[in-house]
Amino acid sequence: MLAAQPLAVEYTAASGALSTAWLLIALPALGAVVLLLLGRRADKWGHLLGCATVGISFVLGLWYFFTLRGLGNRSVSLDLYTLIISGNFKVNAGLLYDPLSAVFVLLITGVGFLIHVYSVGYMKDDPGRRRFFAYLNLFVAAMLLLVLGNSFLGLYFGWEGVGLASYLLIAFWYYKPEAATAAKKAFIMNRVGDVGLALAIFILFATLGSVSYQDVFSGVGRMSTTTVTAVTLLLLLGACGKSGQFPLQAWLPDAMEGPTPVSALIHAATMVTAGVYLIARANPLYNASHTGQLVVCSIGAITLLIGCIIGCAKDDIKRILAYSTVSQIGYMFLAVGLGGGAYAAGILHLLTHGFFKAGLFLGAGSVMHGMKDQVNIRRFGGLAKYMPITAATFGIGYLAIIGIPPLSGFFSKDPIIEHAFDRPGWTGWLFGGIALVGAGLTAFYMTRLMVLTFFGKPRWTEDIKHPHESPPSMTVAMIVLAVGSVAAGGLLAFHNALANWLNPVFGGATEQTPAEVAHKIPALAVTALVLVFVLAGVALAVVIFREGTAPQEQPARSVLVRAARANLYADAFNEAVFMRPGQWLARALVYVDNRGIDGLVNGLAAAVGGGSARLRRLQTGFVRSYALTMLGGAFLVVAALLVVRLG
Amino acid sequence: MNTSSFPWLIVLTVLPLVGALAVACLPPAAEALAKRLTLAWTLLVLVVTAAIALGFDVNAKRFQYVTSYPWISQFGIRFGFGVDGIALVMIVLIAVLMPVVILASWHDGRTGTRSVKTFFALMLALESTMIGTFVSTDTFLFYVFFEVMLVPMYFLIGSFGGARRQYAAVKFFLYSLVGGLFMLASVIGLYVVSSNAGHPSFAFSDLAKLNIDPGVQKWLFLGFFIAFAIKAPLFPFHTWLPDAGAAAPIGAAVLLVGVMDKVGTFGFLRYCLPLFPDASAWFAPVVVVLAVIGIIYGALLAMGQTDMRRLVAYTSIAHFGFIALGIFAFTTQGGTGAVLYMVNHGLSTGALFLVVGFLIYRRGSSNIADFGGAAKVVPWIAGVFFISGLSSLALPGTNSFVSEFLVLLGSWANQPVATVIATAGMILAALYILLMYQRTMQGKLNPDLPEMNDLSRREAVVIAPMIVLILALGFFPKPVIDVIDPAVKATMQDAGKSDPVPTANSGGRK
Repeated sequence: MLAAQPLAVEYTAASGALSTAWLLIALPALGAVVLLLLGRRADKWGHLLGCATVGISFVLGLWYFFTLRGLGNRSVSLDLYTLIISGNFKVNAGLLYDPLSAVFVLLITGVGFLIHVYSVGYMKDDPGRRRFFAYLNLFVAAMLLLVLGNSFLGLYFGWEGVGLASYLLIAFWYYKPEAATAAKKAFIMNRVGDVGLALAIFILFATLGSVSYQDVFSGVGRMSTTTVTAVTLLLLLGACGKSGQFPLQAWLPDAMEGPTPVSALIHAATMVTAGVYLIARANPLYNASHTGQLVVCSIGAITLLIGCIIGCAKDDIKRILAYSTVSQIGYMFLAVGLGGGAYAAGILHLLTHGFFKAGLFLGAGSVMHGMKDQVNIRRFGGLAKYMPITAATFGIGYLAIIGIPPLSGFFSKDPIIEHAFDRPGWTGWLFGGIALVGAGLTAFYMTRLMVLTFFGKPRWTEDIKHPHESPPSMTVAMIVLAVGSVAAGGLLAFHNALANWLNPVFGGATEQTPAEVAHKIPALAVTALVLVFVLAGVALAVVIFREGTAPQEQPARSVLVRAARANLYADAFNEAVFMRPGQWLARALVYVDNRGIDGLVNGLAAAVGGGSARLRRLQTGFVRSYALTMLGGAFLVVAALLVVRLG
Repeated sequence: MNTSSFPWLIVLTVLPLVGALAVACLPPAAEALAKRLTLAWTLLVLVVTAAIALGFDVNAKRFQYVTSYPWISQFGIRFGFGVDGIALVMIVLIAVLMPVVILASWHDGRTGTRSVKTFFALMLALESTMIGTFVSTDTFLFYVFFEVMLVPMYFLIGSFGGARRQYAAVKFFLYSLVGGLFMLASVIGLYVVSSNAGHPSFAFSDLAKLNIDPGVQKWLFLGFFIAFAIKAPLFPFHTWLPDAGAAAPIGAAVLLVGVMDKVGTFGFLRYCLPLFPDASAWFAPVVVVLAVIGIIYGALLAMGQTDMRRLVAYTSIAHFGFIALGIFAFTTQGGTGAVLYMVNHGLSTGALFLVVGFLIYRRGSSNIADFGGAAKVVPWIAGVFFISGLSSLALPGTNSFVSEFLVLLGSWANQPVATVIATAGMILAALYILLMYQRTMQGKLNPDLPEMNDLSRREAVVIAPMIVLILALGFFPKPVIDVIDPAVKATMQDAGKSDPVPTANSGGRK
């Protein structure tokens, strides 16, 4: 049986301004190389170079964006050189600049630039600031490669490249054992996902003979449904690893060991949304596999709940935000899994989330900056008075994430919930219901965070006397992101602007405005319902935490709280099922290899030696008997192999 | 293409040997001169190799610079030389690694039981025999080089190695020698077959034309296979490698693991597949199973090591598993990936060994637990260590990614199950490298660490070309692939294998 209708995918060759699109990647890459190679000589001005390369990339991104708007066919491909050609396998190093990648370029370089600027102040006293900017530049370059590659292999280069940058930045304070361990964990769990991505690429090549987007997406119609489903599920595994989705979510909260700007840029706004990008990019494949879409939706729904539940139980401001990220990306997965018009909703949420979550993280960093790097919200309280700008910008981000109209989050989350309910059959009710409950829970844990940090009486540790507001270099970025958190959603949703812009990427699926779609439940009713859940969550949290909370973690009163505090036992599971058996196996094999296989050879030596005492006397010793037994051993092994093979 | 009959390859093979003799004739006191002369000589060999490589035409016929002189005419044994793309990239690898290794070994050789000049003379002699192995096209001549190659390495390990060097040297020698004897039997067997066919010869080009009876093929294949499987080494023939790799002086270890072992995988491609196509197909499942076991087994063992040199040696066992998988997957991509892997592994493992050598030189120990947090004191060494490690775990952007990717891509169609298991090796590779890096470089500074200087100028010159090649081949692998691909295609043709057609195009398997 063949999959759904073939899709004509035509990319035009880049010309004019767009033929320089490689500069987007080259600039930050060059910045990283210069900063790393010059070493301490660049300490004085390294951060400025780091900001400049990303800033210029952003300006270029804007230029290319407006150039693309003026084109008829807005999918522009730029082949740079032949990367590999072997037999019938050929792949170019090339870029695809189309509405989807254009939007991502602006997000990555725009938010990236703001966070670079913020880091100038945040990392001011760190002796490794230059190295920090080198890694940040490396990340931006790799992330741009990820979204600009015109083949699955190009994407894979960027995919593992951002993994590397993420590793380096989580382990930026490498002398902290927890940071080093968290970095390694992130890299390994990402690699598990990457294996899925790699296998998907192998299948695509074996099936279609190519791994370029153009060939693959045009060839979907020639693939069997089974193959398409296999590919979509393997791609999903990769997406789950990168985006911290169930069952590969456990690395993301640990990644908070890195400096806070890293958490904002990589582990909130950009890199972790790469999984959403991958699924959106591969939409012709997902459209052709109902199973694939259903699994994506399910993963999204499960993860959004997991994130919310754990988020309610944490006391570490960054980990709450990390689980919030896990949960919000769950919404995006749900959206791109629903397909059709929801693709645009997912990307919209990704963009608005980029603004408000980056803003929230920078706000958290600002709080930590003023509170001697403490992170426990039980020991905060009443900070609004001391950090007015931080409190205001954080507050805006807070209102945006819980979806209060008319802030950004409202315009992006609401449509996802509507689309979820619209899914035919009982799964629509299920996914819609989960998304609805998730909105309520999000309101609850974010209100808890907000109230305990900025309002009520101070519950500070003794050593904190005068919390202070952060310097302007940091607050500027927070203010800009807050403006985005207010306005981006409305602007992008206005007249369906983003959906129309992305329409060519999704093959016309996002053309309709939400008003034109026939809803299972009227859109207004869903909106009202969501608001009820959100307000209930807010009210509950205000009632409970109005008077502050105990300065120490209290004993868990229910199984759910205990489980949530233990990250729903994800780490315990990984340790019990993979880590400890793996360590045991490695130790056992070392023993076997030293004593077993070698011992077999040595033992045979003894046996042969003993059996032929005469031979032993004739020959002088170790060397030759060893040779003989080697011979015997080799014969034995070969014989065993042959028996196996013949049997 | 080179059409002149000037015997370039003979010159290239003999040249280092002449150097070795020259160094050996120096007075024992002239240590500095011996070192400088050796370095200059290896650079000269590099220049000659570069000239040969530049004269190689990738579009012309497979074997180039072909020369053949009679040697033992009663048996049709000849000095037959020639290179195809596969052999060419290997001799270029040797030529590039040699000066690097000589410069890295500047202070080695003093701790040995023999004189410093002997160390360097042996290194040059080793280069000569390694080149000879790759450029000989007469099977008997190949066998001779294959065995003679052991001698300088035996003395390098036995006379200049670390702890347990005698044990390691003897073990290495015996394993290889025994394998070689199996091969000798098959080489003679081949001669008999060719005699029966009416044209007695040892020349590869003649032997490749024979149609050997499938039953006979199996036995002849086995002789070669055992020799090469020990050399490579494949599981379960591998136990000599960690001992030899850990006991050899660092420079010799780089050549041992980086180049010498590749003779095994080179032999699979040059001899096993084209001469015994039926037997190769028949044995392929066994080899693939051994390869996959090696990938997982080597990686798990690497994780369990406490010594950096043994760890790197075990990672090589995993890498050789990938190479063998690529070769016995019988596709162009798998084979090309495998050959590229042979080159890349020489660079990545070479770089890893070299950096480990820098660390040992400072700490006097290769024990992982003797380090810890060292990135703080030696950031540049940490940096090059990390990049070498990234190459070993095959991160995109480093050389090894391209080869590992091609191997797995090429293996998928014919060996899907093995490929899936092998991809687990990608995860394990990340684990063993990052674990080693974390334990040595990250975390709290080990208070027992002595004062350590960062990368010296000499060491920077040693490691810089490796890092540059690692990155350059990561982004621009095509020039090397272009050299390898035609030779691999020809090999697969000889083996009677053709690449699978994309299933969606063939109309089958819906």
